Amino acid sequence: MEWETVIGLEIHTQLATRSKIFSGAATAYGAEPNTQACAVDLGLPGVLPVLNKDVMRMAVKFGLALGAEIGMTSVFDRKNYFYPDLPKGYQTTQMDYPIVGKGSLTIELEDGSTKVIGVTRAHLEEDAGKSLHEDFQGMTGIDLNRAGTPLLEIVSDPDMSSAKEAVAYMRKMHSLVRYIGISDGNMQEGSFRCDANVSVRPKGQKEFGTRAELKNINSFRFVERAINIEVERQIDLIEAGGEVVQETRLYDSDKNETRSMRSKEEANDYRYFPDPDLLPIKLTQEFVEEIRATLPELPGAKKARFIKSFGLKEEDINTLVTNRETAEYFEVVVEKCGDAKLASNWVVGELSGYLNKEDMDITASPVTADMLALLITRIKDNTISGKIAKQVFEALWKGEGKDADAVIESKGLKQITDTGEIEAIVDEIIAANPEQVEQFKAGKEKVLGFFVGQCMKASKGKANPGQLNQLIRDKLK
Amino acid sequence: MHNKTIAELAQGLKTGDFSSEELSKSFLQRIKQYDTDLNSFITVSEDHALAQARAADEIISKGNATALTGIPFAQKDIFCTNGIKTTCGSKMLDNFIAPYDATVIHHFNQAGSVMLGKTNMDEFAMGSSNETSFYGGVKNPWDTSTVPGGSSGGSAAAVAARLAPASTGTDTGGSIRQPAALCGLTGLKPTYGRVSRYGMIAFASSLDQAGTFTQTAEDAGLMLNVMAGFDEKDSTSVEQDVPDYTANLNQDLKGLKIGLPKEYFGEGLNADVAKIVEEAITEYKKLGAEIVDISLPNSHLSVPAYYVIAPAECSSNLSRFDGVRFGYRCDDPKDLEDMYKRSRGEGFGDEVKRRIMIGAYALSAGYYDAYYLKAQKIRRLISDDFKAAFEKVDVIMGPTSPEVAFKAGEKSDDPVSMYLSDIYTIATNLAGLPGMSVPCGFSNKMPVGLQLIGNYFDESRLLNVAHQYQQTTDWHKQMPEAYK
Repeated sequence: MEWETVIGLEIHTQLATRSKIFSGAATAYGAEPNTQACAVDLGLPGVLPVLNKDVMRMAVKFGLALGAEIGMTSVFDRKNYFYPDLPKGYQTTQMDYPIVGKGSLTIELEDGSTKVIGVTRAHLEEDAGKSLHEDFQGMTGIDLNRAGTPLLEIVSDPDMSSAKEAVAYMRKMHSLVRYIGISDGNMQEGSFRCDANVSVRPKGQKEFGTRAELKNINSFRFVERAINIEVERQIDLIEAGGEVVQETRLYDSDKNETRSMRSKEEANDYRYFPDPDLLPIKLTQEFVEEIRATLPELPGAKKARFIKSFGLKEEDINTLVTNRETAEYFEVVVEKCGDAKLASNWVVGELSGYLNKEDMDITASPVTADMLALLITRIKDNTISGKIAKQVFEALWKGEGKDADAVIESKGLKQITDTGEIEAIVDEIIAANPEQVEQFKAGKEKVLGFFVGQCMKASKGKANPGQLNQLIRDKLK
Repeated sequence: MHNKTIAELAQGLKTGDFSSEELSKSFLQRIKQYDTDLNSFITVSEDHALAQARAADEIISKGNATALTGIPFAQKDIFCTNGIKTTCGSKMLDNFIAPYDATVIHHFNQAGSVMLGKTNMDEFAMGSSNETSFYGGVKNPWDTSTVPGGSSGGSAAAVAARLAPASTGTDTGGSIRQPAALCGLTGLKPTYGRVSRYGMIAFASSLDQAGTFTQTAEDAGLMLNVMAGFDEKDSTSVEQDVPDYTANLNQDLKGLKIGLPKEYFGEGLNADVAKIVEEAITEYKKLGAEIVDISLPNSHLSVPAYYVIAPAECSSNLSRFDGVRFGYRCDDPKDLEDMYKRSRGEGFGDEVKRRIMIGAYALSAGYYDAYYLKAQKIRRLISDDFKAAFEKVDVIMGPTSPEVAFKAGEKSDDPVSMYLSDIYTIATNLAGLPGMSVPCGFSNKMPVGLQLIGNYFDESRLLNVAHQYQQTTDWHKQMPEAYK
């Protein structure tokens, strides 16, 4: 039988506020356990939550960026359950009236086509703390630094039909939240993670199959692998006569398998009800417009502009606009060197290669946009060849000079354009290789490459390639 | 000194008749003398009180005293006090010392007043007789075989026996007004949101409101002046100016329209209490007020709606008492679940458990609409009843409690009859309105309270209406013989 996969994602993105959603405690990552938890985060008796207004601004910004409905009145609810790292015995979240309503996100697929994925809603909630099971013999340690960290949970419609689509959606959402500056999107630190609802059904069937929820996946690669392995498990199960049960499953990346955490029967009755300690958030149109005015140019608009003004390959543009920093870097390079094609090649090629290798953010690149622009300018004005430019780039990356000119000067990499000097090298190489000269004269054009290579080597790569080619041809005739 | 009002004591402090230290010592002495029997305090903070008194004397000597400087108060043990145990009447918090002050406490400290100690109360403010306290019941000074009412029973008994000139309480369904009535005191529950709830241990967040026990309406105004106001730490506190609540006390009541809801004078009301309340109304007529018969048609729904909403909120509010971070934890838990079950099972008393279970049930999937949502709709209807009534009248009056103080143990095994003690007070909380109880006579030597209900943020008028009555009657000046 042919099967069809149905996937919906719930993405939890941590909002980049300095303090927590309902208290003044700091949100910085990696502090000593329980040093960033105040009386409110600890859930001490009598203390009360007060909404951090930045959280509200960021959520509205997200809604506007997505072109979604904005919940002009949204309500906080309590989700009640007991867990040691949930200090109040309930999580404050939004149930019936989320701050962001229906919207959609268009994703690009590998074959170049696009697909619109519905976004059901996005709501605000607080994160829980962390249970630490190591270092405590027979006991569990609780770190409440994370408790009360603001999260925006973005819930998609069940519109994705493959792991690849799910990853494309997640990547696009990741890019968006970083673009508009509401999250640092740091996946290692848990600032961007997702739950995937996965089900399968016979191709063409209308009703959904029973879904399993894969919890807390924090990398694009794992999302793809977890979904694929889960789809495989469900199909195998059904084909063997079994039945998928609705449950929460955990993806184990070491074993590349999903495991049951708890089934629906064991699931909590969360006894949701409106939080009486917090008033409903009532937004005014004026406030929403104020937020709209702070929106940066979004990836879609940026891409359209890049296509129009730079005439680049769509594939390259996609890379350039993945994040705001890369796009901004690229635009500085173009502006300073005046060559969009070369700028794109260098940013997408050499620079990205180095950044990837060192797992570095473009904002931390030792080769700044200004430095790259000057380097490209020196290629264009024939001071250096493209090949030598790579050497210069490497030197700049390693900090061996303040700019391209300094490196070219100190390493003596300036291109030889003096015809006499190049001629001398050509003469020498021709004289030293009579056999190849004969072959060329006998019509073996390929030998030309041999001469170019030898001459280039003799010039230590500095001979102007155009001039060199021409001279060799002339001399061999 | 012990039988003076706040206003009189402030005068005495100002003119140097006595110091705050002398005053505080005399009340501490009275606590030592009488409270072993009454049990109105859970904690007496003698050293702290004397340090505060000496600081107050310093301020007074420099001429910087304000209305409450140097005045001793008893604080209900529901308000967190930095460095001094706050139990909320529960074993669960027998070891709990908050690292912060409730905003109410902060205001009293800023005013330079003195805290004598923390008063006994029904466990987590759940009760109408003070019998659910882990620290034992409190005796009513008017007849020690009876209860003082609840949940703020300790605060009421302490002032009734003049172990403190005044005290604070909290009122979720009548927890200030009912004990004030049963102990012959002036009790004030302000409008919901008038006084910050920060640091006040929550029972039912949408109903809880802090207020006062005093001998006079004037004293209640003096205390409210200090307690009221917006607090950025409490999102449900209301951003509205705080007037001087003593400014309008002396206005006459000519033309005042008093509404008498027929539902508050029907079946279930003790005949003697009814008669005494009617006499009080007659007194108001003499003062120039006009009586208007009104109806609050949904009154009969207030107790059932309350006993869904309050337990629902409490079931969630009390989840934080889990033995993990503070408070009671059972010995040698086997595992996490065992720790939760036994810590909560051993740490909470029966009434608290009963309400948590009712609340959890009312909120559970499949029952939410039928109970919680329906109760919220009723709540709206009850508010609408009052809204309509206040278009016709300025103040609503009736009995505070259907009967005078009952015997200890009389209702402790019958929760429903206990819940009915608050039948006239609960609607006010559901609507969020301000209410008072004012002493208006005695039935079989036990005090009877007249309830006054005002419109939102109309505390000034309530205090004025109560004060005028207290100018022509002396019920509020009576005190139990044994404590004179």
